[in-house]
Amino acid sequence: MIRTFSIGILLGIALAAGLLYFIPAVDQHREASMISVLPNGGNAETFHINLPEDQLLSSPSGTGEVIPGGLEWPQESGLADAQTGLYKLRNRNDIVVGVASRVTTADSGNDSAVEWTLHLPARGSIYAMLQSTGDASGVRAGSMLAGTREFANLHGSVRESFLDATDETGRIELVAALAGHLEEAP
Amino acid sequence: MKYLIALLPGMLVGAALFLMLLYHNPFVGNPTVSPLLVSDQQLIELSYSPVPAESIAVTNNGEAPAQPSPDGIDELWEPGVRKTRVLVTPLADVRGDLVGIGIKFSSDSETTRLLNAEAMVDSVWHIWMPERGSLFIDQTENLWPYLRHVVMPARLSSSDNWRGTWFGTTTAGPGALGTARVTGGSGQFAGFVSEAIESVNAGAWTVDGGPAALNGTLTIALSAQTAD
Repeated sequence: MIRTFSIGILLGIALAAGLLYFIPAVDQHREASMISVLPNGGNAETFHINLPEDQLLSSPSGTGEVIPGGLEWPQESGLADAQTGLYKLRNRNDIVVGVASRVTTADSGNDSAVEWTLHLPARGSIYAMLQSTGDASGVRAGSMLAGTREFANLHGSVRESFLDATDETGRIELVAALAGHLEEAP
Repeated sequence: MKYLIALLPGMLVGAALFLMLLYHNPFVGNPTVSPLLVSDQQLIELSYSPVPAESIAVTNNGEAPAQPSPDGIDELWEPGVRKTRVLVTPLADVRGDLVGIGIKFSSDSETTRLLNAEAMVDSVWHIWMPERGSLFIDQTENLWPYLRHVVMPARLSSSDNWRGTWFGTTTAGPGALGTARVTGGSGQFAGFVSEAIESVNAGAWTVDGGPAALNGTLTIALSAQTAD
């Protein structure tokens, strides 16, 4: 009886160790990446944000609405100059695949810029800087400055456009065209 | 049958013993000293509070102890973002002056290995400082020591809270020396590439509200390299 109990203890230890080793503690939900292949071998992926339902936060700026209503934004000098937005990010199938922040900076003495951080939990993050003014069709272009995990060794461009925009509704579309770094031939 | 009656309790005791050993593993240390802190590089320190009442905004799936705030902020309930938390917080310098805004995205990492005492979190910071410019910090954090010394004692306590003093460095990578990767965006930081670490100083944690007295510090090395 004692011997069987002891064998049970060893089996219990082995079973617990085995379960912890083989069963992942974290399993992030994954959606298939909706990419288009570019002529340079890279890929383009389109994300979008439906306004206003995907807007998590909007800092006070001009006549724009503060979201959520009870948000208390610091009033210290300079901090109110940046327009900050926080959004849920959707893929081409309209499924939420991440979260994103958009900061419009008007730095003292420097040109203003629009910065995006796209955080896709199952894949990684993209940090991009865009021009502060768009082209004739309202599209802002810029480049990816840094990427993490799946995007770590990529570089490329990011474009932002506002579609069907009114004061409170519309859609922000982000197109990331990314490729790996070229390797020199031996 | 009698063997089964002896075997099953034995297995339960074995599993419990294993979990106890894992929890009290004496070989798992609490990282408090980072290579950045003992180097002669010029450093910039930014402190923040992840306590919801002291932050600008916090959101998560609504099931975490720290409830989303302020009222009305949307929860991250969709499957793709359920294991993600977002913190928007003021950042102060060493004198306590407000110098910027930080947005932190944190997601549970699939590299988590409880067997190795690794509760990993993939997190990125998007930081903007009006006088200086913007930064992006990418890091992998190991929250095991924090969970082991702060969160679990609070959950196991009959009063559902923990009070004490705990300090630790949470950054565990992706740098070879366990440092975070910093990329400059605009202003003075344009083209800047450097390293950073994040550390936590905890004083109180409650099961009902999460961190009650907790300060985080980002230490960024200023020995800039230029991104090519």
